[in-house]
Amino acid sequence: MKWRSLILAALRSIARNKLRSLLTMLGVIIGVGAVIALMALGRGSQADIQAQIAGLGTNLLIIHPTSSQTAGVRAGSGTLNTLTMDDVALLDDNAGMLQEVSPVIRVQEQVIAGNSNWNTQINGVSVSYQTIRNHVMESGDFFSERDVKTRNKVAVLGKTVANELFPGQDPVGVQIRIRNVPFTVIGVMQSKGQSSMGQDQDDIILSPWSTVLYRLSDGKTVRTIMASAVSETQMEEAKTEIRALLREAHRIPAGGDVGFDIRDQSEINEMLTRITGTLTMLLSAIAGVSLLVGGIGIMNIMLVSVTERTREIGIRMAVGARPGDILLQFLIEAMILSLIGGLLGILSGIGGAELLGKVMGTAVVVSPMVIFGSVAFTAAVGIFFGFYPARKASQLNPIDALRYE
Amino acid sequence: MDTLVLRDLSRTFAMGDTSVHALRGVSLTIARGEFVAIMGTSGSGKSTLMNLLGCLDQPTAGDYFLDGIQVSRLDRRQLADIRNQKIGFVFQGFNLLPRTSALENVELPLLYDRSGRIADPQRQAMAVLEQVGLGDRAHHEPARLSGGQQQRVAIARALINQPAILLADEPTGNLDTHTSVEVMAVFQRLNTQGITILLVTHEPDIACYAKRIVELRDGLIIRDEPVAAPRLADSDLLAWPENGSVTGSGRS
Ligand SMILES: Nc1ncnc2c1ncn2[C@@H]1O[C@H](COP(=O)(O)OP(=O)(O)OP(=O)(O)O)[C@@H](O)[C@H]1O
Ligand SMILES: [Mg+2]
Repeated sequence: MKWRSLILAALRSIARNKLRSLLTMLGVIIGVGAVIALMALGRGSQADIQAQIAGLGTNLLIIHPTSSQTAGVRAGSGTLNTLTMDDVALLDDNAGMLQEVSPVIRVQEQVIAGNSNWNTQINGVSVSYQTIRNHVMESGDFFSERDVKTRNKVAVLGKTVANELFPGQDPVGVQIRIRNVPFTVIGVMQSKGQSSMGQDQDDIILSPWSTVLYRLSDGKTVRTIMASAVSETQMEEAKTEIRALLREAHRIPAGGDVGFDIRDQSEINEMLTRITGTLTMLLSAIAGVSLLVGGIGIMNIMLVSVTERTREIGIRMAVGARPGDILLQFLIEAMILSLIGGLLGILSGIGGAELLGKVMGTAVVVSPMVIFGSVAFTAAVGIFFGFYPARKASQLNPIDALRYE
Repeated sequence: MDTLVLRDLSRTFAMGDTSVHALRGVSLTIARGEFVAIMGTSGSGKSTLMNLLGCLDQPTAGDYFLDGIQVSRLDRRQLADIRNQKIGFVFQGFNLLPRTSALENVELPLLYDRSGRIADPQRQAMAVLEQVGLGDRAHHEPARLSGGQQQRVAIARALINQPAILLADEPTGNLDTHTSVEVMAVFQRLNTQGITILLVTHEPDIACYAKRIVELRDGLIIRDEPVAAPRLADSDLLAWPENGSVTGSGRS
């Protein structure tokens, strides 16, 4: 039997019962629509988060001391579990897997500018920190090596701090006071938004590490070291190298607890992947259930259709249709029914996602894979659920089918 | 050569507790090129016999050989191909597809024709429709055709695949005498071309266009004899009083 006439016959019989066909397809439309919409929104927010992580620097490594209490022994300062500028220098000079190394000396202080004030975090860092964290200047400049050397009291403001202290003004060149020490604002950084952990990354002031260490902090302790690995693909090698160098410098015996925690973005990424994976599984379950319901709807209608058209089947058989021809005819009909449902579902899903995305302000990413996937899946649903009625039709005895009232 | 051989064929229908014996042992041999009229009272088993001959139904007992092949040995697919390639069947109740034009109804057997014997199905469908005088009704649906016109669509459908055997169950039941004779003229022409024809009819006037008459009663053959001098439909039509006036659309 010719494909063209098969498909034509199927379309004709679908068109003959428009309302019934539409109601039949509704299950598939809703199922596919829901999947497409949820997937688009899910992928949209995933893309948002990934962009943030990338903004943080994908080759970023963060070194912290772990708890200062290790195996019941109180660690002495400068030995175990405390990072100093010596460690920074050590890593900077000797770690071949690292591109840039910067200390982060962190103090929380009240900052005063004129008659406004703001409580924020002041980070003492080196010049390379700008590269490590991809900070882009909005106005003014980042500080220089000279500022570090001479412990210059200069400050680079995050966007939030700038907005709080100097609403609607460019603060470059203005004086601020941090714990009564006057600092000159030399630059404002572009906004980085919230971190993937929900912190405001712009509520920050950056100053030369030397200035912060000796004027605001204890002159010794480096809370965190941030470094960028030479390449994203060599994060593990970089970690191993750092561990080895620190182990030697802090005279930690081989096999003992290193006492430092080295994190990278891949862990955050992994966590996100896990969450997204769960979400995807949930969505797949919803999709599965709704498509199952839709498929049963199709099967039901096809069964009704077979009964209704028993005489037609008899006539076709009487003039020479093989059982396979009848099977194919009803299978194609079921498949077209669910395919049209699937296509309508895709359209309504995309429309729904765009609408929801606008309302909720999230990005919408419609992936062609999801579309191909749902088309293939709906066709499969049509074949699977159409098979039983189609087979039933094809197994009829011609004369019984012809006599059917 | 014998085309159809029936040996002690019977067909019993189970109806709950009782059973209806529609055929009780029919033996019949029909050679290629015969033109047989099957007669008999209503309920005598004519349609039942035709359905068996047309491979639409299976006998309860007995053998049926078609061109030497035992039909009961064939599977559903082979039976379908025989119906498609060898047999043209005109149903007593027409059995046309509703909401489908006469032309498409006539084309239907070619949809399942895998041999590709007929190059242009639509043209062939038009040709057989014209043969039965319905060229001008090709695009009408069955619901908009008269009983006689529907019957002729059914005949055209039986002819389209150029069958070797034509089985017609009361093909003239709904037709006036003139149109009936026209249909008989078509059948006689096909018969001279070598097509074997079996025709069920109630009317002795129609039966006498055949070369042989078989009569059934209560599922048994009670008469089987050749027609001494079959009438010739073509000459009857020529001699028809007021030629062509009996049916409006009888001729095109
Ligand atoms: N499917 C069936 N189930 C039960 N009985 C049947 C069935 N088909 C036919 N019969 C019975 O078999 C007998 C023969 O029927 P059949 O249709 O062959 O008669 P017929 O000779 O064609 O009659 P008519 O001239 O009225 O068409 C009838 O008594 C009928 O009731
Ligand atoms: Mg009958």
